[in-house]
Amino acid sequence: MTRYTSATDADREEMLAAIGVSSVEELFGDVPESLRLKRELALGDGLSEVEVFEEFRALAARNTSAEDEIGFLGAGMYDHYVPALIDSIMSRSEFLTPYTPYQPEISQGGLQAMFEYQTAISELTGLPVSNASVYEGPSAVAAAGYVAKHANNRQRFVVSRGVHPHSRETLRTHAHAWGMEVVEAPLDHGATVLPDLSGDVSAVIVQQPNFLGAVEDLTTVATAARAAGAVSIAACDPLPLALLRTPGECGVDIAVGEGQSLGNRLDFGGPSFGFFAATEALMRRMPGRIAGETRDVDGKRGFVLTLQTREQHIRREKATSNICTAQALNALAGAIYLSWLGRDGIVELAELMLQRTAYARERLTRVAGVTSLHERPVVREFAVEIGAPIGAVIARCREQGVNPGYPLAREYPEHPDGLLVAITERRSRADIDRLADALAAAVVAEREAVGAGT
Amino acid sequence: MIREADDTLTIFERSKAGRRAFVAPALDVPARSLDELLPGELRRSEPPRLPEVSEPEIVRHYNRLSKRNFDLDTGFYPLGSCTMKHNPKLHERIAGLPGHARMHPLQDPTRAQGALELMWRLQEALGEIAGLPHVSLQPSAGSQGELAGVLLTRAYHEDRGERRSKVLTPDTAHGTNPATVTMGGYEVVKVRSDASGNVDLDDLRAKADEDVACLMLTNPSTLGLFETGIEEIERIVHGVGATLYYDGANLNAIMGISRPGDMGFDIVHFNLHKSFTQPHGGGGPGAGPVAVAERIEPYLPRPQVVRRQVTGDGSEPSEAPAQPPPIFFYDLDYDRPKSIGRLRGFQGNYGVFVRSYAYIRSLGAPGLRDASETAVLNANYLLARLRQHGVAEYLPAAYDRLCMHEFVLSGEPMRHQLHIKTLDLAKRLLDHGVHPPTVYFPLIVEEALMVEPTETETKETLDRFADILAHILREAREDPSVAQNAPYTTPVRRLDEAGAARRPVVRQAMNGS
Amino acid sequence: MADPSYPDDLRYHPEHDWARIEGDTATFGITWYAQDALGEVVFFDAPQVGATISKDQAYTEVESVKAVSDVIAPLSGEVTAVNDALADSPETINDDPYGDGWLVRVRLSDPSEADLLMDSTEYQATLE
Repeated sequence: MTRYTSATDADREEMLAAIGVSSVEELFGDVPESLRLKRELALGDGLSEVEVFEEFRALAARNTSAEDEIGFLGAGMYDHYVPALIDSIMSRSEFLTPYTPYQPEISQGGLQAMFEYQTAISELTGLPVSNASVYEGPSAVAAAGYVAKHANNRQRFVVSRGVHPHSRETLRTHAHAWGMEVVEAPLDHGATVLPDLSGDVSAVIVQQPNFLGAVEDLTTVATAARAAGAVSIAACDPLPLALLRTPGECGVDIAVGEGQSLGNRLDFGGPSFGFFAATEALMRRMPGRIAGETRDVDGKRGFVLTLQTREQHIRREKATSNICTAQALNALAGAIYLSWLGRDGIVELAELMLQRTAYARERLTRVAGVTSLHERPVVREFAVEIGAPIGAVIARCREQGVNPGYPLAREYPEHPDGLLVAITERRSRADIDRLADALAAAVVAEREAVGAGT
Repeated sequence: MIREADDTLTIFERSKAGRRAFVAPALDVPARSLDELLPGELRRSEPPRLPEVSEPEIVRHYNRLSKRNFDLDTGFYPLGSCTMKHNPKLHERIAGLPGHARMHPLQDPTRAQGALELMWRLQEALGEIAGLPHVSLQPSAGSQGELAGVLLTRAYHEDRGERRSKVLTPDTAHGTNPATVTMGGYEVVKVRSDASGNVDLDDLRAKADEDVACLMLTNPSTLGLFETGIEEIERIVHGVGATLYYDGANLNAIMGISRPGDMGFDIVHFNLHKSFTQPHGGGGPGAGPVAVAERIEPYLPRPQVVRRQVTGDGSEPSEAPAQPPPIFFYDLDYDRPKSIGRLRGFQGNYGVFVRSYAYIRSLGAPGLRDASETAVLNANYLLARLRQHGVAEYLPAAYDRLCMHEFVLSGEPMRHQLHIKTLDLAKRLLDHGVHPPTVYFPLIVEEALMVEPTETETKETLDRFADILAHILREAREDPSVAQNAPYTTPVRRLDEAGAARRPVVRQAMNGS
Repeated sequence: MADPSYPDDLRYHPEHDWARIEGDTATFGITWYAQDALGEVVFFDAPQVGATISKDQAYTEVESVKAVSDVIAPLSGEVTAVNDALADSPETINDDPYGDGWLVRVRLSDPSEADLLMDSTEYQATLE
C-alpha cells in the first residue's frame, strides 16, 4: 500500500475471498511464467513527499529560467506574463481532473468552455469554424496538410522557408508517410517568393509573421493558391493577429498556430496548445474535438461534442485525424487569457509590443556593424545580422545577465551570424536598453578579438 | 434575444462595452505612427470581438462553469482503458517551480541541465518499465506515440529496401489504432478475436505475410484480458519480418510484473496521462513517449535527449584508481541521419514529464508494482461483486475468466429483458453521482460496458458502485422508463446530439458574423 | 418511420439498399432496416451529378450521431439527380426512407443487373 492506494490487509483478505482466489499472485495466472519479471524494476525505492520535492527543486535550480536572466528568446514560444487568475481557475479540480467530455450532461463546464474558446479563436483568425485544440504549432501545420490531402488528393506541398523550421520538419515527417513531396518556397528580403503553383499542389503553407519576424502578404498567397486549386494554410502567431489582417480577411482556407503565448507557461516547450480554424466548407474534414450548441429534452441550452463521425472513435481508419487526447486544459487557459485581455486589451498589448519591437530594432541596428536582416514590417520579433562571431557574442551577453535571442545559423546557414530577437510585455525599455548596451559591448570586444587574431 | 438562464450565459453574453480585466503596462518607448510601423493594407479592419469583462466577472463565470463539471477529485470515474487514477497534488507544486515552468525550450543546454537530466532519467525509467533500451519523449499523446511507432516501422523497412503496405490490428483495437495506420500511409487489416477474447492465432497466421509491416496490440487487450498466446504471436509476427507494436493504454495492469520488451515487442508507447498520473484536464494535455528495441533506435525522432560523460578536464576516463567521479552533460542530439524527423516542435510536453517522473520517484519499484497489483485486485473484486444475483443475469461478464485491470460486461440481456440499453444505464448512473464506465466499446461485445476502477479507489467505493448498479436494475424491472429518460438531477438532461450534428453551431453568433 | 416496411414494388440489395426501377432509370435509397440501425440521420454526403457508380460498390455515406455507414449501389449507372432536400433535412431518410428520403436517381448502364436483386420477401428473409 502506498499513499495513493488504500487496500489494507483486511481489505485484501475480503476481496480475495470474494473473488475466490487465495493470493494476488493467482490473479496474474494468465501471464506465462517465462514472462514474469523475477526481480524488482531497477528504479529504487519510493520516496516521501518531502524527499521528492527536494529532488525536483534541486533539478529546477540547475535551470536558467526566464526568472534568472533578461531573455529575448522567442522563435515560437514567448515569455509572456500569465495572469494570476489563470492559475487559480486552472487548478480547480473540475477543470484539471475530468476526462474528455463523453457524457455531456455532467460536462457542461468543459464543453461550454470549449465553445467559448472556439468563438475566441474564430474571432482572432477571422475564420468561422475552430476546433477545441490540437497539440501545438508544428503538428497543427501537419494536421492542416492532412486535411488538404484529403480535400484534393494531390501530391505536393509548397511550404515557405519562412515557416518555423520545426513545422517544416514535422510536415516532412508526416508527408513522407503519405507519399507526398514537400517543396520549399524561398525568402527574398524576408518575404516569401511563391513558385509557379501549376501542377499537383495540394496546399501552400506560409507563416504569419514568419520565422524572421516579417509580416507576409497573405492575400497574394491565398489568391494564388485558390487559382491553382490548392488549399492555403497560414501558421499564425496569435497575439499579432490583434493587429494584422486576419487569415479570413485574406481569403486563407486554414489558420493554425502555436497557442503558448495565450495564457500558457513556457514549460521548456510544452504542454501548450495548437489552434486550428477553417472555412465552413472544410468543417467536416477538420481534426480534433468540436463543441456544438444544442438543447436538452427540457429545452434548456447545452453543449455537446459534435460532428464526432469525423473522429477516430467512430470513423476509425477513415478518420480526419487520429487525435484523441488533445490539450483541453491549455486551451482553457488560452480562452481565459483572451477574455482577460478583452477586445481592447489585446489590441493595446499588441501595440505595446509593436512599439517596443520597433524601438529595439532601431536601437540594435544603431550598433556599428549590426544590420537588419530585412526591412519588412515586424510586430513582436525581428532578425538582425551581428557582423561578429555569434556564439561568442551571445556568451558575452549572457555574462551580463542578458540572453539576446536565438542564433539563426543552424536552420538558416545563409545567415551565419543572424540573431532572432523577441519582445514581450515583460521586456521593458530598460531591458531593451540593457540588451543594446550588452550587445554593443560584446560585438566590439569580439571584433577586436578577431582583429587581433585571437 | 431570449434571456437564457444565468447559468448558461457565455462569457461573450456577459460582456459589456468598456469593461476590462487587463491594464497594459505604460508605453515607455517613443510612440511611432501605426501607419509607419504597419501599413494599413496589412492591418485588420476590426479588432477581434473578444469579451469585455472585469476580473471578478471572469472568475465567477469560470467558477460557476466548473460546478457544472463532474471530475475525478469529486467521484468515481471507471472509464475503461482511461486509467482514471488519482492525480497527486504534489505534482502541481513541483511543475509550478519557476526553474521548470519558466524555462524557454531553446535555452542553451548548458543552462538547462536540470530539465535535460530530468528528461534523461524519465527516459531511463520508462525504458526499464518497458524492458526496452531506447526512449523518445517527443510524442504529444498516445495517438502521436502510435504514429511514431508506425513511422518508425516504415523507416526500419525502407532502410532495408522493403516496401510493405499493411498493418494488422485486432478487432478490439481502440479507434486511434486504425486511424493512425491510415495516417502512417498503410492499409488496415483486422485480425479476429477468438471465443476466449484473445487474438485468434489461426486468423493471425493467415493474415501475417511479408506485406505486413506491423501488428499493433494492446496487452492486456481492451477486453481486459492478457494475451495468453503472446509468445506465439511474437514468433508469427517476427517470422514474417514485421514489427510488434505495444499500445500502452493498458500498462497499468502489468507494471513491475511483466514487461512488453520481454514479451518481444519492438516498440512501446506510454500514455503518461494514464498510468503516470498526468491530470486529464478535460481532454489533455498528455504525452505519448515511445520505447524501442536496439534495431529501431536509429530512426527515433530528432532531437534525442542524451547523456554524455566528460571527466573534469574533458579527457577520457583512465584506469588510475583515484579518479574523480564522472561528470555528466545532458544534451539534445540532433545528429541523427536516419531519424524519422519530428512529430512536433521543441522537446515534447515537459510539464507532463515533470509530473510523471515525480510519480515514478514517489512510488519507486515497489510502489509501481503495488499500483498494478491493486489495480488488478480492484477490478477482479468489482467483477466478483457484479456476479451477484440481480446483476449478473442482466449484465454478464463478456468473458468468463479472471480479468486484469479492467473488464467488459454486456448489456444485451438487460436490453432484452428489462428494455433498457447500456446508454440508459449510463445516464441513470449520472443521477447517482458516479461517472459511467465506457459504453459501446469494444465493438465486438454487444451493448458493451468497459469498467476500469484503478488502484486508487477504496473497497467501499467499489461496493457502493456494485450496489448502485443493482439498484438501477431493480428499478428498471419495476419501470424501465426511469432509466430511459435519465438523467434528472444533472445540470442538463439528455441533449439533442442529432440536432447539433445536423446544423452545427460551433461558435457564438454575433452581429455581422 | 415507426414500423418496418418493405414495399413490394421495389428490388433489394443485401447491403440494405432498395431500387425503384422504371425502364432504364432507377431511384436508390436505404431500407427501413438500415435507417433503424443507423439511428437519427444527421448528414448525407451527396455524390456529384454525373458521377459513375457501380453495383456492389459504396457510392456515398450516411451519418448518424454515432455511426457512419457506406451506402452500396444496388445497380450500376450514372447519377442524374441527387436529393438536395436532404441537405437541410437528412432525417427525412428516417421518416420516409422509400419516398421523400430517396438518395439518387441513376441512368442504368446495365438494366439486366436487376435480376440479381431480391424481392421484398427474399430480402426480409435475410433479416432474420
